[in-house]
Amino acid sequence: MSALSVNHLLGIKDLTSADIELILHTADNFKDVINRPIKKVPSLRDITIANLFFENSTRTKLSFELAEKRLSADVVNFSASGSSVSKGETLIDTTNNILSMKVDMVVMRHPNPGAALFLSKHVKASIVNAGDGAHEHPTQALLDAYSIKEKLGTLKDVRVAIVGDILHSRVALSNIFCLQKMGAEVMVCGPTTLIPKYISTLGVKVEHNLKKALEWCDVANMLRIQLERQDIKYFPTLREYTMQFGLTKTILDSLSKKITIMHPGPINRGIEISSDVADSDQSIILNQVENGVAVRMAVLYLLASKLQQSV
Amino acid sequence: MQQRELLNSSQLSLTLQRLCYQLIENHNDFSNTIIIGMQPRGVVLARRLKNQLDLIVKTDNVITYGELDVTFFRDDFRHHDKPLVPSKTSIDFSLEGKNVVLIDDVLFTGRTIRSGLDAMLAYGRPSKVELLVLVDRRFQRDLPIQPNYVGCVVDTINEEKVKVEWKETDGEDKVFIINK
Repeated sequence: MSALSVNHLLGIKDLTSADIELILHTADNFKDVINRPIKKVPSLRDITIANLFFENSTRTKLSFELAEKRLSADVVNFSASGSSVSKGETLIDTTNNILSMKVDMVVMRHPNPGAALFLSKHVKASIVNAGDGAHEHPTQALLDAYSIKEKLGTLKDVRVAIVGDILHSRVALSNIFCLQKMGAEVMVCGPTTLIPKYISTLGVKVEHNLKKALEWCDVANMLRIQLERQDIKYFPTLREYTMQFGLTKTILDSLSKKITIMHPGPINRGIEISSDVADSDQSIILNQVENGVAVRMAVLYLLASKLQQSV
Repeated sequence: MQQRELLNSSQLSLTLQRLCYQLIENHNDFSNTIIIGMQPRGVVLARRLKNQLDLIVKTDNVITYGELDVTFFRDDFRHHDKPLVPSKTSIDFSLEGKNVVLIDDVLFTGRTIRSGLDAMLAYGRPSKVELLVLVDRRFQRDLPIQPNYVGCVVDTINEEKVKVEWKETDGEDKVFIINK
């Protein structure tokens, strides 16, 4: 099998389907590693990775940190609050200062779309995008694809509905690219105001009725309403949104088949998904979290193997 | 490219039989012994030996057998252009206090075996580890590693390559040297 076609993981858009296959295959082996009594391998012991988080995160940050530590990499963490960013330092300056301490890879989350691409052009390190604004969140899409494949055995011709705030969601965009490259069919569902106007040009179906979307799909990926990114009102009240687009056990039981429920987290229980659905046996939300570590280990391992050996 | 045959199919099967009896001399009924094949090329040899031992030993319980992949423990990560692609490890038992026989097809620099010793630690502390190889390319070791059981010994130079082919994977049983 060949190497990845890219030197940075900036978005799913840049990956080929062979790249995605390679990552998912490698993740299989790492999933085995993290289920052993000793969950650590020494592959990246001579690599230092900086985690730069300019935006809040629990799952992604923990998951990346665990993945790095289980590959034996040295890890430095940085979060924007309480740093020199608040004193007016630019992104490139902050990163170059960290890199002059001999860091080989950078995992970055940033509120501005394109921040990872920008960084990859200006600094000498392998960049992994851990979410840039409403643009892409590639590792989330990869772990979602991995989880679907694990549950259903394949991605080919699987029907996936992404429900909720598509407009502000980087998870939605990365998922659309990733699933389509692997041969799955994608539908987006949500209120008209939260669906980008030209999204159908990406080749996805658009639906505004939750029940119809759920009847169509094999897998439903429920997204959170990103109130922190919404500067205007996109729907009258949260209660009205929940009535129209909230996934409840009643709707789920009324469907003609059993579908799989996913959520990238954080969950707002009782808004986009009810508690009994999130905790039901159809939900693979916690499997997604477990698979996240394996998939991120695979991404870091494959990117690190492209770094020049420093001898 | 020249080829020189080391073992043909009947010599190979005699060699395997001898290795089985040598193992039985030291491990009796294999009640406290585990056989581990090294991925990717050592597992075919290990499966063959295990099946043959099962027939000869005839104990009530089958011989415990596992397969070990050492990719993530190698010391030549980032020394190649292509990434090292891992195979599957299947060891669903503990090695704590057991006698382990590691099995690989060709012993060359000893680096794979070193990684194997590291990788094994994730499954417990064996009381003893032995090494069985089909071909020992002596005088070419980078590390102080010697096998306990050897199918055949061969003197080679670095440019030569020893290849082991199996009926299961390559269509024919044979061992040969390729001169590049």
